[in-house]
Amino acid sequence: MTVPIQCTPDETFVLNLGPQHPATHGVLRVKLTMDGEYVVKAEPVLGYIHRMHEKMAESGTFAQFMPNTPRMDYLSALSYNQGYVMAVERAAGIEVPERAEYIRTITVELNRISSHLLWFGAFVLDLGGFTPLLYAFDDREKILDLLERITGSRLTYCYYRFGGVYNDIDDEFIAGTREFIKRLRSRLPSMYHDLVTGNIILIKRLRDIGFVTQETCRKYGATGPVLRGSGVQYDVRKNEPYSVYPELDFDIPCYPEGDSMARYMVRMDEITQSLRIIEQALDKLPEGPVNAKVPKVLKPGAGDCYCAVEAARGTFGCRLVCDGGKNPYRLKLRSPTFSNLSLFGEVAEGMILADALAFMGSLDLVIPCIDR
Amino acid sequence: MDTSIWEPIIYLVGIMAFAGLNAAYLGWCERKGAGHIQRRIGPKEVGWFGLLQPLADGIKLMSKQLLVPQGVDGILFRAAPILAMVPAITSMVAIPFSETIQARSIDLSVLLIFALASIGMMAVLIGGWASGNKYAIISATRSVSQNIAYEIPMLVTVITIVMLSGSMNLEEIAMKQEGGFWNWNIFPVAGESIAQAIIMPISFIIFFICSVAETNRAPFDMAEAESELIAGFMTEYGSMGFGLFMMGEYLNIVVGACLTTILFLGGWYGPFGFTSSVFWFLLKIYILIATFIWIRWTFPRTQIYKLLNLSWKILIPFSLAILLLTAVFLKVEGFLI
Repeated sequence: MTVPIQCTPDETFVLNLGPQHPATHGVLRVKLTMDGEYVVKAEPVLGYIHRMHEKMAESGTFAQFMPNTPRMDYLSALSYNQGYVMAVERAAGIEVPERAEYIRTITVELNRISSHLLWFGAFVLDLGGFTPLLYAFDDREKILDLLERITGSRLTYCYYRFGGVYNDIDDEFIAGTREFIKRLRSRLPSMYHDLVTGNIILIKRLRDIGFVTQETCRKYGATGPVLRGSGVQYDVRKNEPYSVYPELDFDIPCYPEGDSMARYMVRMDEITQSLRIIEQALDKLPEGPVNAKVPKVLKPGAGDCYCAVEAARGTFGCRLVCDGGKNPYRLKLRSPTFSNLSLFGEVAEGMILADALAFMGSLDLVIPCIDR
Repeated sequence: MDTSIWEPIIYLVGIMAFAGLNAAYLGWCERKGAGHIQRRIGPKEVGWFGLLQPLADGIKLMSKQLLVPQGVDGILFRAAPILAMVPAITSMVAIPFSETIQARSIDLSVLLIFALASIGMMAVLIGGWASGNKYAIISATRSVSQNIAYEIPMLVTVITIVMLSGSMNLEEIAMKQEGGFWNWNIFPVAGESIAQAIIMPISFIIFFICSVAETNRAPFDMAEAESELIAGFMTEYGSMGFGLFMMGEYLNIVVGACLTTILFLGGWYGPFGFTSSVFWFLLKIYILIATFIWIRWTFPRTQIYKLLNLSWKILIPFSLAILLLTAVFLKVEGFLI
């Protein structure tokens, strides 16, 4: 139950939360005006790790910007990689072989699961439960091993190429992925839902706390699990289908409550749905090349294109303006976390400190994604 | 018992050794236990099974500079860690470990231990206040309100026990529970009435919840809620200042477990009535401590206002009801039997 309070305090103080604080998971700073333990005003201060990705894109070739994309949201790196690659492919009119699209889908969904698992662990850690973090990391480790085999890296994957992927997947990867699906499915009910989801303390801390209405989402442009936790069934994979998603059968989890528990449940259900997607994609995986013929120096014709993908935290959009040269003329990156964070200040008003931080955890912030 | 000079010295050395060993090795037990709960190994590098880890940690903490930040209240800042540790050791004087092993048999030993526990809580308040850190002050105020809320049901429960035993001396309370587990206060089937036996387990649960809250352990670790208040009242403490707070915390757990054992679990008496030794006492307290550790690594943290609601709205009414019922059962002999 959220305690309703009247914000007419006689005396307030400013609590500087961050840039170094265990709950901000990075260098986010929030200036909290507090009345006792109640948050009167919350003001996120950004820019501590701004790296000018957009400017970097303009000063290099299309291919040179590629390794920057996974550095934005290091937890669902492949989605960002895919978003950028798709934008360039659309601008240059490159057809991607079907096998490559399937491989992209499999890997990006694996990455989504690993991102949600890490969020799960970190979120429960925010709530004071330490053990689930290590269980989640145990499973995430398996994904990292799988992806390391084919991409060569464990966190900031730069695996996709214009017109395909870096290298083909082998039988061992396929067998390993199938084994992982089986393993996670057997562990989800007991080690995640029984231990955490059904825990009375967790339910009491999340239920009816941190209401995000559909209007707030619309106002700040929130997407992803935050929006779906407010009852809007919006997912780029369904609403503006890309890659091979139209050929796969999966559901968009959606909870109308709008509280922290709803966002929690959306993400937990998405893990299940991603497992379904991977399983189907593995079954349907066609033979063939994994790379299209692409010129060494890419020079898309002058034009303007936009491409959005559903990353683990919401819609990642790439708007690419080309002038016919070998560098992008302008690249605008729309990151989901920035919009999701923006609503924090409004919603956190009047909350008690511990609830505000639990609410912040439920938004699943990745700071480099905010400060591109 | 002859009163030679050696007796107090032996007790002093013994209690200090027991306290030191527990403060150091409960940390190891906790880390090892947490490791196994979390499917990892825990400390293993220093010594066999990491058994020398507490020693290494102690050397590390002691060799560090005790940093006193600018703007803190110097005397209180330095006094608080000591104040956290001393009452916990002192209260061990009043605890009977077996029929013969007890430093001082004090008539009001229950009251003494509670008084000392309150001083321990004052250390948190002073430490938080003297740090001059906002997180530390929030933590200090939290721990005070938590302490007030949980001492009431705890003491009411203790009064129930005192009424049953007719004494405030821990030794006498334990001796009342001689015999098998059916004589213990947690389930006194052989006691005054069956009805009493039914309400006492509730009383035990209340007492146990309160002792978790009193020792600031998860899921009630409001005072050092890491993800909210960084390290709470310990935020500004480094080196042995921090070390003393940690040791004080573990000693409070030991005292809490000892108290629970004596009040509810029959002290040093074996569960089937024919043995009684310090072994049973230690076994019981370490089982309780293991439960503390198990709870901490299983549950997420609760919320401060939910914590206070739990105490004021559930634990206090229940403990008062049990107190009243006990009074009735004692007065009306053979009630419901």
